[in-house]
Amino acid sequence: MTIHTFEKILGEHPFFKDLSEPHLDTVVGCVTNVVFQPGEFIFREGEAADRFFVVREGKVAVEVFVPNKGPVTIETIEGGEVLGWSWLFPPYKARFDARALNAVRALSLDGACLRTKCENDPAIGYLLLKKFTELVVSRLEATRMQLLDLYGND
Amino acid sequence: MATTEPAPATVSASDPMRPEPFVVRQAIKETGDTFTLTLAPVAGAKFRPFAPGQFNMLYVFGVGEVPISISGDPARPEILVHTIRAVGATTRAMQKLQKGDWVGVRGPFGTAWPVDQAHGHDVILIAGGIGLAPIRPALYHVLLHRGLYGRVVVLYGARTPRDMLYPKELREWRSRFDVVVDVTVDRATMEWQGSVGVVTKMVQRSPFDPGSAMAFICGPEVMIRYAAQALQQRGTAESSVFVSMERNMKCAVGVCGHCQFGPWFVCKDGPVFRYDRIQRFFGMREV
Repeated sequence: MTIHTFEKILGEHPFFKDLSEPHLDTVVGCVTNVVFQPGEFIFREGEAADRFFVVREGKVAVEVFVPNKGPVTIETIEGGEVLGWSWLFPPYKARFDARALNAVRALSLDGACLRTKCENDPAIGYLLLKKFTELVVSRLEATRMQLLDLYGND
Repeated sequence: MATTEPAPATVSASDPMRPEPFVVRQAIKETGDTFTLTLAPVAGAKFRPFAPGQFNMLYVFGVGEVPISISGDPARPEILVHTIRAVGATTRAMQKLQKGDWVGVRGPFGTAWPVDQAHGHDVILIAGGIGLAPIRPALYHVLLHRGLYGRVVVLYGARTPRDMLYPKELREWRSRFDVVVDVTVDRATMEWQGSVGVVTKMVQRSPFDPGSAMAFICGPEVMIRYAAQALQQRGTAESSVFVSMERNMKCAVGVCGHCQFGPWFVCKDGPVFRYDRIQRFFGMREV
Protein backbone atom coordinates (compact mmCIF):
# COMPACT_ATOMS: atom_id res chain seq x y z
CA MET A 1 0.00 0.00 0.00
CA THR A 2 1.33 3.42 -0.90
CA ILE A 3 1.41 5.92 1.93
CA HIS A 4 1.20 9.51 0.79
CA THR A 5 2.53 12.30 2.93
CA PHE A 6 0.41 15.32 3.78
CA GLU A 7 2.81 17.39 1.67
CA LYS A 8 2.09 15.24 -1.36
CA ILE A 9 -1.66 15.06 -0.82
CA LEU A 10 -2.10 18.79 -0.24
CA GLY A 11 0.55 19.78 -2.78
CA GLU A 12 -1.35 17.94 -5.51
CA HIS A 13 -4.79 19.10 -4.38
CA PRO A 14 -6.28 21.74 -6.74
CA PHE A 15 -7.14 23.95 -3.81
CA PHE A 16 -3.58 24.13 -2.46
CA LYS A 17 -1.44 23.45 -5.49
CA ASP A 18 -0.60 27.15 -6.06
CA LEU A 19 0.94 27.50 -2.62
CA SER A 20 4.72 27.92 -2.43
CA GLU A 21 6.69 25.30 -0.53
CA PRO A 22 7.08 27.39 2.64
CA HIS A 23 3.38 28.23 2.63
CA LEU A 24 2.46 24.60 2.02
CA ASP A 25 4.71 23.66 4.96
CA THR A 26 2.77 26.13 7.09
CA VAL A 27 -0.53 24.47 6.14
CA VAL A 28 0.86 20.95 6.55
CA GLY A 29 1.91 21.84 10.10
CA CYS A 30 -1.79 22.16 10.99
CA VAL A 31 -3.17 18.94 9.46
CA THR A 32 -4.29 15.56 10.83
CA ASN A 33 -6.15 12.56 9.41
CA VAL A 34 -9.72 12.03 10.55
CA VAL A 35 -12.47 9.47 9.93
CA PHE A 36 -16.20 9.94 10.51
CA GLN A 37 -18.79 7.20 10.72
CA PRO A 38 -22.08 7.34 8.78
CA GLY A 39 -24.48 9.72 10.54
CA GLU A 40 -21.77 11.33 12.65
CA PHE A 41 -21.76 15.12 12.86
CA ILE A 42 -18.51 16.69 11.71
CA PHE A 43 -19.54 20.05 13.07
CA ARG A 44 -22.78 21.67 14.16
CA GLU A 45 -24.25 25.10 13.60
CA GLY A 46 -23.09 27.59 16.21
CA GLU A 47 -20.02 25.64 17.29
CA ALA A 48 -16.62 27.33 17.22
CA ALA A 49 -15.31 27.01 13.66
CA ASP A 50 -11.77 26.05 14.43
CA ARG A 51 -11.31 23.42 11.71
CA PHE A 52 -11.88 22.85 8.05
CA PHE A 53 -11.58 19.65 6.06
CA VAL A 54 -10.31 18.28 2.80
CA VAL A 55 -12.67 15.39 2.11
CA ARG A 56 -10.77 12.46 0.61
CA GLU A 57 -13.54 9.85 0.51
CA GLY A 58 -17.23 9.81 1.33
CA LYS A 59 -20.09 12.24 1.24
CA VAL A 60 -20.96 15.00 3.71
CA ALA A 61 -24.36 16.68 3.95
CA VAL A 62 -24.34 20.39 4.78
CA GLU A 63 -27.63 20.85 6.59
CA VAL A 64 -29.87 23.33 8.34
CA PHE A 65 -32.21 22.10 11.02
CA VAL A 66 -35.71 23.41 10.40
CA PRO A 67 -38.11 23.15 13.37
CA ASN A 68 -41.10 20.87 12.69
CA LYS A 69 -39.37 19.65 9.54
CA GLY A 70 -36.00 18.31 10.55
CA PRO A 71 -32.63 18.60 8.83
CA VAL A 72 -32.68 19.98 5.29
CA THR A 73 -29.66 19.27 3.12
CA ILE A 74 -28.45 22.35 1.24
CA GLU A 75 -25.62 20.65 -0.57
CA THR A 76 -23.29 17.71 -0.34
CA ILE A 77 -19.51 17.88 -0.20
CA GLU A 78 -17.69 14.92 -1.70
CA GLY A 79 -14.25 13.46 -2.26
CA GLY A 80 -11.76 16.11 -3.36
CA GLU A 81 -13.78 19.05 -2.05
CA VAL A 82 -13.09 21.41 0.84
CA LEU A 83 -15.58 21.50 3.72
CA GLY A 84 -15.83 24.56 5.98
CA TRP A 85 -14.97 28.20 5.49
CA SER A 86 -16.29 29.76 8.71
CA TRP A 87 -12.88 29.34 10.38
CA LEU A 88 -11.58 32.29 8.31
CA PHE A 89 -14.46 34.74 8.71
CA PRO A 90 -15.78 36.31 11.93
CA PRO A 91 -17.47 35.33 14.15
CA TYR A 92 -15.63 32.03 13.51
CA LYS A 93 -18.69 29.91 14.18
CA ALA A 94 -20.12 27.15 12.00
CA ARG A 95 -23.07 28.45 9.96
CA PHE A 96 -24.51 25.01 9.20
CA ASP A 97 -24.44 21.41 10.38
CA ALA A 98 -22.16 18.99 8.55
CA ARG A 99 -23.02 15.30 8.80
CA ALA A 100 -21.30 12.27 7.27
CA LEU A 101 -23.73 10.43 4.99
CA ASN A 102 -21.39 7.47 4.72
CA ALA A 103 -17.90 6.66 5.98
CA VAL A 104 -15.86 9.83 5.46
CA ARG A 105 -12.09 10.01 5.38
CA ALA A 106 -10.69 13.52 5.46
CA LEU A 107 -7.79 15.74 6.35
CA SER A 108 -8.64 18.04 9.24
CA LEU A 109 -6.88 21.40 9.24
CA ASP A 110 -6.58 23.44 12.39
CA GLY A 111 -8.19 26.73 11.43
CA ALA A 112 -7.48 28.43 14.73
CA CYS A 113 -3.78 27.67 14.32
CA LEU A 114 -3.84 28.83 10.69
CA ARG A 115 -5.62 32.07 11.61
CA THR A 116 -2.76 32.95 13.94
CA LYS A 117 -0.24 32.11 11.21
CA CYS A 118 -2.20 34.24 8.73
CA GLU A 119 -2.09 37.19 11.12
CA ASN A 120 1.67 36.77 11.51
CA ASP A 121 2.36 36.24 7.79
CA PRO A 122 0.04 38.40 5.65
CA ALA A 123 1.34 36.75 2.46
CA ILE A 124 -0.14 33.36 3.32
CA GLY A 125 -3.09 35.12 4.92
CA TYR A 126 -3.88 36.82 1.62
CA LEU A 127 -3.42 33.60 -0.36
CA LEU A 128 -5.77 31.63 1.88
CA LEU A 129 -8.27 34.49 1.94
CA LYS A 130 -8.31 34.47 -1.88
CA LYS A 131 -8.71 30.69 -1.99
CA PHE A 132 -11.54 30.62 0.50
CA THR A 133 -13.26 33.63 -1.06
CA GLU A 134 -13.26 31.73 -4.37
CA LEU A 135 -14.76 28.77 -2.54
CA VAL A 136 -17.49 30.91 -0.96
CA VAL A 137 -18.21 32.58 -4.33
CA SER A 138 -18.54 29.21 -6.07
CA ARG A 139 -20.95 28.05 -3.34
CA LEU A 140 -22.91 31.31 -3.70
CA GLU A 141 -23.16 30.81 -7.47
CA ALA A 142 -24.32 27.24 -6.98
CA THR A 143 -26.92 28.36 -4.44
CA ARG A 144 -28.19 31.02 -6.84
CA MET A 145 -28.55 28.40 -9.55
CA GLN A 146 -30.50 26.20 -7.15
CA LEU A 147 -32.75 29.17 -6.33
CA LEU A 148 -33.52 29.59 -10.04
CA ASP A 149 -35.36 26.29 -9.86
CA LEU A 150 -34.17 25.56 -13.39
CA TYR A 151 -36.00 22.29 -13.80
CA GLY A 152 -39.31 23.52 -12.45
CA ASN A 153 -42.47 23.91 -14.44
CA ASP A 154 -43.47 27.37 -13.21
CA MET B 1 -8.88 16.93 -32.55
CA ALA B 2 -10.37 17.06 -36.04
CA THR B 3 -13.29 19.41 -36.50
CA THR B 4 -16.51 17.72 -35.53
CA GLU B 5 -20.03 18.82 -36.33
CA PRO B 6 -23.39 17.39 -35.29
CA ALA B 7 -24.63 14.66 -37.60
CA PRO B 8 -26.55 16.50 -40.38
CA ALA B 9 -30.32 16.78 -40.39
CA THR B 10 -32.15 14.04 -42.23
CA VAL B 11 -35.82 13.66 -43.06
CA SER B 12 -36.81 10.13 -43.94
CA ALA B 13 -40.50 10.72 -44.60
CA SER B 14 -41.64 11.11 -48.22
CA ASP B 15 -43.88 14.07 -47.30
CA PRO B 16 -42.47 15.70 -44.16
CA MET B 17 -45.60 17.83 -43.68
CA ARG B 18 -48.05 14.91 -43.54
CA PRO B 19 -48.55 13.24 -40.17
CA GLU B 20 -48.65 9.44 -40.20
CA PRO B 21 -51.03 7.70 -37.82
CA PHE B 22 -49.42 5.95 -34.85
CA VAL B 23 -51.09 4.06 -32.05
CA VAL B 24 -50.21 4.35 -28.38
CA ARG B 25 -48.86 0.99 -27.22
CA GLN B 26 -48.02 2.12 -23.71
CA ALA B 27 -48.41 5.26 -21.58
CA ILE B 28 -46.27 5.46 -18.44
CA LYS B 29 -46.30 8.13 -15.76
CA GLU B 30 -42.69 9.11 -15.05
CA THR B 31 -43.09 11.98 -12.56
CA GLY B 32 -45.88 14.32 -11.46
CA ASP B 33 -45.94 16.15 -14.80
CA THR B 34 -43.93 13.89 -17.10
CA PHE B 35 -44.96 10.77 -18.96
CA THR B 36 -43.65 8.44 -21.65
CA LEU B 37 -45.59 7.30 -24.71
CA THR B 38 -44.56 4.24 -26.68
CA LEU B 39 -45.91 4.42 -30.21
CA ALA B 40 -46.17 2.03 -33.15
CA PRO B 41 -47.20 2.75 -36.76
CA VAL B 42 -50.81 1.96 -37.58
CA ALA B 43 -51.71 -0.87 -39.99
CA GLY B 44 -48.42 -1.75 -41.56
CA ALA B 45 -47.06 1.73 -42.10
CA LYS B 46 -43.27 1.78 -42.18
CA PHE B 47 -41.30 2.75 -39.12
CA ARG B 48 -38.56 5.28 -39.67
CA PRO B 49 -34.99 5.01 -38.44
CA PHE B 50 -33.78 7.91 -36.34
CA ALA B 51 -30.48 9.16 -35.01
CA PRO B 52 -29.87 10.00 -31.32
CA GLY B 53 -30.89 13.61 -30.68
CA GLN B 54 -33.55 13.90 -33.41
CA PHE B 55 -37.16 14.86 -32.73
CA ASN B 56 -40.64 14.17 -34.06
CA MET B 57 -43.67 16.40 -34.40
CA LEU B 58 -46.47 14.74 -32.46
CA TYR B 59 -50.04 15.69 -33.34
CA VAL B 60 -53.00 15.21 -31.03
CA PHE B 61 -55.90 15.21 -33.46
CA GLY B 62 -58.06 18.27 -33.04
CA VAL B 63 -55.79 19.82 -30.42
CA GLY B 64 -52.36 20.62 -31.80
CA GLU B 65 -48.87 19.57 -32.75
CA VAL B 66 -45.67 19.85 -30.71
CA PRO B 67 -41.99 18.94 -31.22
CA ILE B 68 -40.83 16.16 -28.91
CA SER B 69 -37.35 14.61 -28.78
CA ILE B 70 -37.11 10.90 -29.39
CA SER B 71 -36.00 9.21 -26.18
CA GLY B 72 -35.94 5.56 -27.23
CA ASP B 73 -33.24 3.25 -28.52
CA PRO B 74 -32.07 4.08 -32.07
CA ALA B 75 -31.21 0.40 -32.53
CA ARG B 76 -34.93 -0.38 -32.14
CA PRO B 77 -36.62 2.18 -34.39
CA GLU B 78 -39.77 0.05 -34.65
CA ILE B 79 -40.60 1.24 -31.13
CA LEU B 80 -41.03 4.99 -31.00
CA VAL B 81 -40.54 6.34 -27.47
CA HIS B 82 -41.23 9.93 -26.39
CA THR B 83 -40.94 11.32 -22.87
CA ILE B 84 -43.07 14.43 -22.57
CA ARG B 85 -43.70 17.05 -19.94
CA ALA B 86 -47.26 18.39 -19.71
CA VAL B 87 -46.82 22.15 -19.99
CA GLY B 88 -49.43 23.33 -22.53
CA ALA B 89 -52.77 22.41 -24.06
CA THR B 90 -51.35 19.83 -26.50
CA THR B 91 -49.03 18.08 -24.07
CA ARG B 92 -51.78 18.03 -21.42
CA ALA B 93 -54.02 16.35 -23.99
CA MET B 94 -51.22 13.88 -24.70
CA GLN B 95 -51.01 13.13 -20.99
CA LYS B 96 -54.58 11.80 -21.19
CA LEU B 97 -53.86 9.43 -24.09
CA GLN B 98 -54.24 5.76 -23.32
CA LYS B 99 -53.25 2.49 -24.93
CA GLY B 100 -54.99 2.20 -28.30
CA ASP B 101 -55.39 5.96 -28.89
CA TRP B 102 -53.98 7.45 -32.07
CA VAL B 103 -51.56 10.33 -32.62
CA GLY B 104 -50.07 11.80 -35.76
CA VAL B 105 -46.30 11.66 -36.20
CA ARG B 106 -44.09 13.68 -38.53
CA GLY B 107 -40.36 13.12 -38.55
CA PRO B 108 -37.76 12.36 -37.50
CA PHE B 109 -36.23 15.80 -37.94
CA GLY B 110 -33.08 17.67 -37.08
CA THR B 111 -29.41 17.13 -36.40
CA ALA B 112 -28.08 14.40 -34.14
CA TRP B 113 -25.51 13.92 -31.40
CA PRO B 114 -22.17 13.18 -33.13
CA VAL B 115 -21.86 9.70 -31.62
CA ASP B 116 -19.78 8.32 -34.48
CA GLN B 117 -17.26 11.16 -34.36
CA ALA B 118 -16.85 10.47 -30.64
CA HIS B 119 -15.25 7.08 -31.27
CA GLY B 120 -12.05 6.78 -29.28
CA HIS B 121 -12.93 9.70 -27.02
CA ASP B 122 -14.24 9.97 -23.49
CA VAL B 123 -17.92 10.88 -23.68
CA ILE B 124 -19.59 13.09 -21.07
CA LEU B 125 -23.37 13.24 -21.13
CA ILE B 126 -24.78 16.07 -19.01
CA ALA B 127 -28.53 16.35 -18.53
CA GLY B 128 -30.82 18.45 -16.40
CA GLY B 129 -34.49 17.74 -15.69
CA ILE B 130 -36.30 16.39 -18.72
CA GLY B 131 -33.07 16.90 -20.69
CA LEU B 132 -32.22 13.29 -19.90
CA ALA B 133 -34.81 12.19 -22.46
CA PRO B 134 -33.04 13.57 -25.59
CA ILE B 135 -29.68 12.37 -24.21
CA ARG B 136 -30.85 8.79 -23.57
CA PRO B 137 -30.70 7.61 -27.22
CA ALA B 138 -27.05 8.73 -27.37
CA LEU B 139 -26.31 6.74 -24.22
CA TYR B 140 -28.09 3.68 -25.63
CA HIS B 141 -25.94 3.96 -28.75
CA VAL B 142 -22.70 4.41 -26.79
CA LEU B 143 -23.48 1.46 -24.51
CA LEU B 144 -24.35 -0.76 -27.50
CA HIS B 145 -20.97 0.08 -29.02
CA ARG B 146 -19.18 0.46 -25.69
CA GLY B 147 -15.79 -0.72 -26.93
CA LEU B 148 -15.55 2.15 -29.40
CA TYR B 149 -15.45 4.82 -26.68
CA GLY B 150 -13.18 5.82 -23.84
CA ARG B 151 -14.63 6.59 -20.45
CA VAL B 152 -18.37 7.25 -20.38
CA VAL B 153 -19.72 9.64 -17.76
CA VAL B 154 -23.37 10.53 -17.18
CA LEU B 155 -24.11 13.58 -15.03
CA TYR B 156 -27.76 14.17 -14.24
CA GLY B 157 -29.41 16.89 -12.19
CA ALA B 158 -33.05 16.98 -11.17
CA ARG B 159 -35.20 19.26 -9.06
CA THR B 160 -35.95 16.68 -6.37
CA PRO B 161 -35.52 12.88 -6.11
CA ARG B 162 -39.20 12.54 -7.13
CA ASP B 163 -38.54 14.48 -10.34
CA MET B 164 -35.80 12.16 -11.58
CA LEU B 165 -36.50 10.50 -14.91
CA TYR B 166 -35.84 6.81 -15.54
CA PRO B 167 -34.71 5.98 -11.96
CA LYS B 168 -34.62 2.23 -12.69
CA GLU B 169 -32.37 2.71 -15.70
CA LEU B 170 -30.16 5.13 -13.79
CA ARG B 171 -29.62 2.41 -11.20
CA GLU B 172 -28.85 -0.13 -13.94
CA TRP B 173 -26.37 2.17 -15.66
CA ARG B 174 -24.81 2.96 -12.29
CA SER B 175 -24.29 -0.71 -11.55
CA ARG B 176 -22.16 -1.14 -14.69
CA PHE B 177 -18.41 -1.04 -14.28
CA ASP B 178 -17.89 0.76 -17.58
CA VAL B 179 -20.05 3.82 -16.95
CA VAL B 180 -19.82 6.51 -14.28
CA VAL B 181 -23.24 7.84 -13.33
CA ASP B 182 -23.46 10.80 -10.97
CA VAL B 183 -26.87 12.12 -9.98
CA THR B 184 -27.67 15.23 -7.98
CA VAL B 185 -30.81 17.07 -6.91
CA ASP B 186 -31.44 20.74 -6.12
CA ARG B 187 -33.71 19.97 -3.19
CA ALA B 188 -33.31 16.85 -1.11
CA THR B 189 -36.02 14.95 0.65
CA MET B 190 -35.42 13.43 4.08
CA GLU B 191 -34.76 9.95 2.70
CA TRP B 192 -32.38 11.07 -0.06
CA GLN B 193 -28.81 9.96 0.63
CA GLY B 194 -27.35 11.06 -2.71
CA SER B 195 -25.74 14.29 -3.83
CA VAL B 196 -27.35 17.70 -3.40
CA GLY B 197 -26.24 20.64 -5.51
CA VAL B 198 -26.07 21.83 -9.07
CA VAL B 199 -25.19 19.48 -11.91
CA THR B 200 -22.35 21.72 -13.06
CA LYS B 201 -20.44 21.07 -9.82
CA MET B 202 -20.17 17.41 -10.77
CA VAL B 203 -18.19 18.34 -13.87
CA GLN B 204 -15.29 19.38 -11.63
CA ARG B 205 -14.92 15.99 -9.98
CA SER B 206 -15.82 13.66 -12.84
CA PRO B 207 -13.24 11.18 -14.12
CA PHE B 208 -12.60 12.05 -17.77
CA ASP B 209 -9.77 13.35 -19.91
CA PRO B 210 -10.82 16.96 -20.50
CA GLY B 211 -8.38 17.42 -23.36
CA SER B 212 -9.92 14.76 -25.57
CA ALA B 213 -13.44 14.37 -24.19
CA MET B 214 -16.59 15.12 -26.15
CA ALA B 215 -19.53 16.42 -24.14
CA PHE B 216 -23.24 16.33 -24.95
CA ILE B 217 -25.45 18.66 -22.87
CA CYS B 218 -29.21 18.90 -22.70
CA GLY B 219 -31.27 20.88 -20.21
CA PRO B 220 -32.38 24.42 -19.44
CA GLU B 221 -30.30 27.04 -21.27
CA VAL B 222 -28.86 28.47 -18.05
CA MET B 223 -27.67 25.00 -17.08
CA ILE B 224 -26.16 24.48 -20.53
CA ARG B 225 -24.22 27.74 -20.20
CA TYR B 226 -22.82 26.90 -16.76
CA ALA B 227 -22.08 23.30 -17.70
CA ALA B 228 -20.16 24.45 -20.78
CA GLN B 229 -18.24 26.92 -18.60
CA ALA B 230 -17.38 24.16 -16.12
CA LEU B 231 -16.16 21.96 -18.97
CA GLN B 232 -14.07 24.82 -20.31
CA GLN B 233 -12.53 25.32 -16.85
CA ARG B 234 -11.61 21.63 -16.84
CA GLY B 235 -9.91 22.12 -20.22
CA THR B 236 -12.49 20.77 -22.69
CA ALA B 237 -12.58 22.81 -25.89
CA GLU B 238 -15.88 24.51 -26.74
CA SER B 239 -15.69 22.85 -30.17
CA SER B 240 -15.97 19.47 -28.39
CA VAL B 241 -19.14 20.46 -26.58
CA PHE B 242 -22.53 19.79 -28.20
CA VAL B 243 -25.84 21.05 -26.92
CA SER B 244 -29.47 20.36 -27.73
CA MET B 245 -31.57 23.50 -28.03
CA GLU B 246 -35.27 23.88 -27.46
CA ARG B 247 -37.34 26.38 -29.39
CA ASN B 248 -40.90 26.73 -30.64
CA MET B 249 -40.64 24.44 -33.66
CA LYS B 250 -43.72 24.46 -35.93
CA CYS B 251 -42.99 23.31 -39.48
CA ALA B 252 -39.85 21.32 -38.51
CA VAL B 253 -38.30 21.79 -41.96
CA GLY B 254 -36.92 25.33 -41.75
CA VAL B 255 -39.72 27.12 -43.60
CA CYS B 256 -41.89 28.94 -41.07
CA GLY B 257 -39.17 30.64 -39.01
CA HIS B 258 -40.82 30.10 -35.62
CA CYS B 259 -37.72 28.48 -34.18
CA GLN B 260 -35.16 31.01 -35.38
CA PHE B 261 -32.16 31.33 -33.09
CA GLY B 262 -29.81 33.98 -34.43
CA PRO B 263 -28.98 32.91 -37.98
CA TRP B 264 -30.14 29.36 -37.34
CA PHE B 265 -33.40 27.46 -37.47
CA VAL B 266 -33.37 25.07 -34.54
CA CYS B 267 -35.59 22.54 -36.35
CA LYS B 268 -33.30 22.26 -39.37
CA ASP B 269 -29.84 23.40 -38.22
CA GLY B 270 -30.38 21.87 -34.77
CA PRO B 271 -31.57 20.85 -32.29
CA VAL B 272 -28.01 19.59 -31.71
CA PHE B 273 -25.46 22.36 -32.18
CA ARG B 274 -21.75 22.63 -31.59
CA TYR B 275 -21.53 24.97 -28.63
CA ASP B 276 -18.93 27.34 -30.08
CA ARG B 277 -21.22 27.98 -33.08
CA ILE B 278 -24.10 29.31 -30.98
CA GLN B 279 -22.46 30.44 -27.76
CA ARG B 280 -22.62 34.15 -28.65
CA PHE B 281 -26.41 34.03 -28.93
CA PHE B 282 -26.95 32.61 -25.46
CA GLY B 283 -26.78 35.92 -23.66
CA MET B 284 -28.83 37.89 -26.20
CA ARG B 285 -32.19 38.73 -24.76
CA GLU B 286 -34.00 39.26 -28.04
CA VAL B 287 -32.84 35.97 -29.58
